Amino acid sequence: MSTHTPRGPVLDTTVAPAAARIVEALRPELLLTQEHHMCPGCGEPLALRGFLDTLSEMGVAQRSIAVAGIGCYTSFSGTMDVDLVQALHGRAPSVATGVKRMKPDAVVFTLQGDGDMVNEGLQEVLHTAARGEQVTCILLNNGVFGETGGHMTATSVIGQRTKNSLDGRDAEYHGYPILIGDLVSRLEGAAYVARGSVHNAGAVARTKKMFRRAFETQVERRGFSFVEVLTMCPTGWFVPTADGPGYMNDTLGEVHIMGELKVDGVVRTTDELRIENEHRQHEIEAALARGGLDT
Amino acid sequence: MTATLPGRAERTLMEGSEALVRASIAAGCKFFAGYPMTPFTEVLEHFARLLPEAGGTCINAESELEAVGMAWGALATGERAATGSTGQGLSLMQESFSELTLAELPMVVFNMARGQQDYFQATRGGGHGDYRHIVLAPQDVREGVELVQLAFFLADKWRNPVLVYGDYLLAHTQEALTIETLQFPELPPKSWAVDGTKSGSGLSGSVTPLGVSKHGQPSFGQEGKAQYIATKTPLMEREVRVETGFLDDAETVIVTFGSPAKFVKYAIKQLRADGHRIGYVRPITLWPFPYDTVRDAAAGARRVGSFELSAGQMVDDVRIGVSGQAPVTFIGGVSTDHSGFGMGRMLDVDVIRDRILALHTDRELPVIPGYEEFTYALAPHQQEAAR
Ligand code: SF4
Repeated sequence: MSTHTPRGPVLDTTVAPAAARIVEALRPELLLTQEHHMCPGCGEPLALRGFLDTLSEMGVAQRSIAVAGIGCYTSFSGTMDVDLVQALHGRAPSVATGVKRMKPDAVVFTLQGDGDMVNEGLQEVLHTAARGEQVTCILLNNGVFGETGGHMTATSVIGQRTKNSLDGRDAEYHGYPILIGDLVSRLEGAAYVARGSVHNAGAVARTKKMFRRAFETQVERRGFSFVEVLTMCPTGWFVPTADGPGYMNDTLGEVHIMGELKVDGVVRTTDELRIENEHRQHEIEAALARGGLDT
Repeated sequence: MTATLPGRAERTLMEGSEALVRASIAAGCKFFAGYPMTPFTEVLEHFARLLPEAGGTCINAESELEAVGMAWGALATGERAATGSTGQGLSLMQESFSELTLAELPMVVFNMARGQQDYFQATRGGGHGDYRHIVLAPQDVREGVELVQLAFFLADKWRNPVLVYGDYLLAHTQEALTIETLQFPELPPKSWAVDGTKSGSGLSGSVTPLGVSKHGQPSFGQEGKAQYIATKTPLMEREVRVETGFLDDAETVIVTFGSPAKFVKYAIKQLRADGHRIGYVRPITLWPFPYDTVRDAAAGARRVGSFELSAGQMVDDVRIGVSGQAPVTFIGGVSTDHSGFGMGRMLDVDVIRDRILALHTDRELPVIPGYEEFTYALAPHQQEAAR
């Protein structure tokens, strides 16, 4: 047996370096590991943190059940410390219905992508909303099938280039994107409907409030709740990682406008949200022209 | 409509659908979701009426796809749950049926079939991948009450879907009966089920058809999962159930299942009384199929006939069982009522007796009264090919 003399400084590998400890300290309580298989710049983990932290903060974590659809986010099913039922592509809202009817005190939510919810299982989310099912459906909308490598979905916006719309989505040839939040908000059974985004810190914070309102709606048994979150998919959009948020803001974000589409029975359409946003933009510009914004 | 028969207070007259539903409730079924379709519709109606009274939930699903999804969710929480339809509706559910098997969810599925043309669907499945479902085929309502309860037990025992194969007759025939709760051996608690209480504990669970598990827990991988599921198949094959009659000296053996089996058995009894050596094999489980019983029955016989109301589906399994020991003849046929929902002219003891006797005496199968006038024109090139 030979003795081994280490060369260079000896690193203590039994404790994490300082930087890693900071990251670990920020790990959501309901995450089993920080390892993940998502692409750099993917928006889905940001949305994940948003709803996991909300469940923890509301104190309902120990009675929450997730129902996952099929997409890139399906890999969260193994890393979320939440009891989970895996559904088939598109079928999560029905599965969530069965779960909730048997466990009425649980906080039951689906995790679906646009391919899952708006393509494969559109009728599921609409019927579940119309039934006023006391569940929350979460849609991670990036306007593309990320997992298959970047193909057009029912929410891809006009002009969006995908692997099966190479010259961009053409309305005449491919039809128009579905604004799913507007469909859901019109249904009597839907109590809370919102569309958030994770393309910047402000949007992340706003979206987290939407999760909170949605889960509160469910806990108070006020009806079906729905949160759509626009998430970056630089891989499926074929843009550089760092360009993801900007690209999203300029493309999907221009069509799937962020805001609350239904609160306390009052519906606001995506068009109304757009007009409101433009109004606010004009006001800001006018104020700036006057010499500054007063708080 | 139910009515208590005078003097027989313990027995109630009820149609098959209601009996199957009451048997489900006796077995502890807590959830049902379905979509109406003849002749399954009454099963849904009775669940909708009776399940809430019994503390359960019945949802009028907006589609078959959603019905099976809802039952999937209910099962994942550890409750007993079922769905159903006709074969047509079950066609829509096939993706779920195959994946439910991988998720090891103990679903009970009712097929109130339009005839017996769903044998392949039931025993081979229309879904993808390697999977098997136990299929129970009652011959009448009384046996249905027993087999439905067995279905819930076997589903939990094997964590595998179990299908109850009925038809128009089973669903609509009224019988006076008592729904007795059957006792089965105790099964372990469903520690695999999820109810939300383990969330946030570091030990949360998942119910999934995929080969993944929670981080830090042993994981199958897709291949390992499929291999593991396959190991259950030979074990479930031991659940085979079969009824036989008059086989000892039988020269002709008829294989038959479901409601038509009762007609076949009656016809054979008549033929026996006339001195004809004919016996029968009635698979009660269509999967696992009683191959060994059919093999033994064929060993001493001169010929084997398969009677089923289809173009000939179970006959494939009969041939596998017989294994060339005797010629196998298909003596059934497609036979429904005009709507396609119910049974046709072939379900008639006289007609069946004539067919069995023709086979037994090596004569050509007789034309069925009422079917002789049908002419089906093949296209000229097909006629050419037929020559
Ligand atoms: S393909 Fe898109 S959605 Fe999937 S992990 Fe990569 S960036 Fe995220």
